[in-house]
Amino acid sequence: MTGPTINDFVIKVATVNGTGSASANGLLMKAIFRMGVPVVGKNIFPSNIQGLPTWYEIRVTRDGYGGRDGKIHFSVAMNPETYTSDIAELTPGGVLLYDSTWPRSDLTARADVTVIGVPLSAMCNDAFAVARSRVLMKNMAYVGAAAALLDLDMTVIKALVEEMFAGKPKLIPANMQALALGFDYITEHYDYPLPFRVKPMDKTAGKVVIDGNTAAALGCVYGGATFGAWYPITPSTSLMDGFASYCAQLRVDPETGHNNYCIIQAEDELAAAGLTIGAAWNGARAFTPTSGPGISLMSEFIGYAYYAEVAMVLFDIQRVGPSTGMPTRTQQCDIQLCAYASHGDTRHILLFPANPRECFDMAVNALDLAEHFQTPVFFMSDIDIGMNDWMIDELTWDDTYVPDRGKILSADELENIDTFYRYLDTDGDHITYRTLPGTHEKGAYFLRGSGHNKLGRYTEKGPEYKEVVDRLYAKWKSAADAVPAPIIVKAKSKTRCAIIAVGSSDPAVIEARDRLEASGIAIDYMRIRGFPFSKQVEDFIDAHEEVFVIEQNRDAQLLGLLITETSAPKDKFASILHYSGAPLDFRFVYDEIQTAVKVRKIA
Amino acid sequence: MTSFVKPKIRRKNEPVNALNKVRADYDGTASTLCAGCGHDSVTASLARAFYELSIDPQQVVKVSGIGCSSKSPTYFMSDAHAANTVHGRMPAFATGAIAANSALTYIGISGDGDSLSIGLGQLAHAMRRNVDMLYMLYNNGVYGLTKGQFSASADLGSTAKKGPANELPPIDPAALALSVGATFIARSFSGDREQLVPLIKAGLKHKGFALIDVISPCVAFNDHKGSTKSYAHTYQYYHKAVHADYVPPSEEIMTAYGEGELMPVELHDGGTIRLRKLDGEYDPRDRAAAFAKVLDGQDKDEILTGLLYINEDQPDMHARKNTGPRPLNQIPYAELNPGAEKLAALQMTMR
Ligand SMILES: Cc1ncc(C[n+]2csc(CCOP(=O)(O)OP(=O)(O)O)c2C)c(N)n1
Ligand code: SF4
Ligand SMILES: [Mg+2]
Repeated sequence: MTGPTINDFVIKVATVNGTGSASANGLLMKAIFRMGVPVVGKNIFPSNIQGLPTWYEIRVTRDGYGGRDGKIHFSVAMNPETYTSDIAELTPGGVLLYDSTWPRSDLTARADVTVIGVPLSAMCNDAFAVARSRVLMKNMAYVGAAAALLDLDMTVIKALVEEMFAGKPKLIPANMQALALGFDYITEHYDYPLPFRVKPMDKTAGKVVIDGNTAAALGCVYGGATFGAWYPITPSTSLMDGFASYCAQLRVDPETGHNNYCIIQAEDELAAAGLTIGAAWNGARAFTPTSGPGISLMSEFIGYAYYAEVAMVLFDIQRVGPSTGMPTRTQQCDIQLCAYASHGDTRHILLFPANPRECFDMAVNALDLAEHFQTPVFFMSDIDIGMNDWMIDELTWDDTYVPDRGKILSADELENIDTFYRYLDTDGDHITYRTLPGTHEKGAYFLRGSGHNKLGRYTEKGPEYKEVVDRLYAKWKSAADAVPAPIIVKAKSKTRCAIIAVGSSDPAVIEARDRLEASGIAIDYMRIRGFPFSKQVEDFIDAHEEVFVIEQNRDAQLLGLLITETSAPKDKFASILHYSGAPLDFRFVYDEIQTAVKVRKIA
Repeated sequence: MTSFVKPKIRRKNEPVNALNKVRADYDGTASTLCAGCGHDSVTASLARAFYELSIDPQQVVKVSGIGCSSKSPTYFMSDAHAANTVHGRMPAFATGAIAANSALTYIGISGDGDSLSIGLGQLAHAMRRNVDMLYMLYNNGVYGLTKGQFSASADLGSTAKKGPANELPPIDPAALALSVGATFIARSFSGDREQLVPLIKAGLKHKGFALIDVISPCVAFNDHKGSTKSYAHTYQYYHKAVHADYVPPSEEIMTAYGEGELMPVELHDGGTIRLRKLDGEYDPRDRAAAFAKVLDGQDKDEILTGLLYINEDQPDMHARKNTGPRPLNQIPYAELNPGAEKLAALQMTMR
């Protein structure tokens, strides 16, 4: 883990927001991916449409680790405003590529990095007439220059460009020309390729590159969701955008032309919550994507759905709070909010996907669990998972899947019972039967957020009230065995030390744990994937004496939940907190644990 | 205070509707509202309208917010599903429910606080979407359930029971509805069953958002001298503009339209609404005229009632969403699952 070598280094492209660099960066990343070399993409972008600095980080990782490295080896510095920080960030031996149309002598101040100037703007201005296309072509030109320096396969890049512009083939020659401008300038003026570069491998077969929101949207389509309501908020918007575009492709009845889905852009998140609950109550599989501020607004309805027992799936793509916070930066800061969202005694089911593959699978889980347990289910994603490009195993689907719609009485079943009581626990499993409007005359009941007894009638009698909320607690508890089980990674040798983490911390923790083990620190790892915590979670904690809880927030929210919701003694835990808004990197985890182990003389 | 179910006793020779149901089959549990509360009269009119239209309660969904008015779904049609939601948020819940199943009849019940204060945004957006439902706004000028504070429909200068006069201009639900796109707008009075029952029927049969603003006095907090939402004040300033009758598809209209009548408005179910002019040349099919009439009524301190506006030609939410006649909640999963092969194909662009 020392320095850049072949197929193990980090590229960081610095551009200006709104200059169309996203497709150029995607091209760069995909080219490496298609050469069979694992990649990790991280988009670090401002809350802005045009003008502010933005970065795209591509980690080339022959070992196939999915997290950030934490170091930068090759900087493509296209934004003069950030030159200073871009160059400062480079590791010794690093390389900086910049647009030397306007030469900058100050960039050479660091003797331990190589600066490569390419007059990108000048070349593009000469070659292209239209102002906007000059800007876009400059992006392609830096891809060309980087391709030469990193020894990327130009035939792969050409194929990608042709795919990219398949709908507008007229644009292909100009883009190829721009690529060549950058490529040729390097080959004519510099020694190339760099010592760290890309060498073809075969480690990306069966993999795809996808972001978590797109995968979750696909999960909603495959899981049979027919209704989605939302109010736009970064970083959840692309989830509904994805759902809408997949539905337009996949959910239009071929014979009638009618939509087998309905999406409503609500007037706010209060309405989005109400829309979702209303649709779910009436028998549609319904969900709403949002982020922390939206959850805050939805809280009243969440408590209603919990108490009245209505299915509801909430995708919380977490972003940095409090308040508007840093809306384009990532955190795991809504764990406590979602676990107990709303007033009164409320507690919910949470799912913690760790990558887009799990986003797909757990979107389906969430739809099933919400209907099975007739309650809100929170899908706890974040910006890192939701909006970044992850290399994952291809998504697969089992066509024998049958949605778990939970206990819904059919017309026949209603016909054969005397009286239907909505909240009567006839099976003794804490889950009661529901009916859908319009099914049968015996099915009618009154859904209410006010006090009700087990028969579904209004009540203000303490014992009757308690009977219902005690069942709700038991019902929630019983979900511990239904949420996805934790994933446990054991050290090769027995150890008293362990790590616990959730969600997007996973790849950094996996890598740090491997490298710690390689350096002699054996440590087990459990990734929790659902709340309420199962017995397995308790057992794992019991089996260890020192447990590091790694999470991406200031207040140790996951740890707080572990302390409150398990019987583990508080002093067993130590917190490792990362809350700068940047995706977690393995070096941070490695360093923190190494130091802790030394200081505390454990392991 | 547990609610109890009223026993249903059928009298000999009691009239029945087309479903062989008696009027009492449209009852709910006994009301727990104050004796004399306008809300109970409105609810009775609702039960009558459903009964007379021979609508099967099981095919109806009742929704409400929070308030005395919003308790009313309990007090009629016990055999219908109902949802008493949260304060001011019934429109969103209703919209979601309606999206899931277009085949049922939806009736929303709300108060002036629920609709015009906390819920103003949701009401406006449900109207804008032309959601296919009848929305009853039980309007008493106060928050009954929280003991008589002024609501947003309280008129300027109307006094509270304890004395002080309201200083803010009222929000007129009819004017609001006209401006944001409701397609059936009516006003009535809890004390005028003759007018209200036909309006409810027409509103239920209208395809799109039907709003009926019903003046429904609160005897506990807003029925005193000085209040402009009292029974006495309402009777005094009551002004009927257009009378509307719903004529079901089966009943042929004998004459095209009689004297003092406007051309009948044809409804999507094949029925018609017969409109009788009670006030000069006013035509409720004309939006600009409706606006002018409502504003004129405000200036004259008239309580302008009847069917104020109707437009059968606007697409409702389902039409706009192209969801077709089959309810979303009845599509088999096999039709929703694009299949494993398709998933593989979709990922070709992700390599
Ligand atoms: C979020 C929230 N805030 C406040 C309340 C208290 N509250 C209950 S009913 C009500 C006003 C109801 O007024 P209106 O809709 O006019 O109904 P009415 O009782 O007059 O029929 C208020 C403020 C509540 N239930 N929920
Ligand atoms: S307080 Fe007013 S609105 Fe409420 S039940 Fe009594 S009279 Fe009716
Ligand atoms: Mg009121």
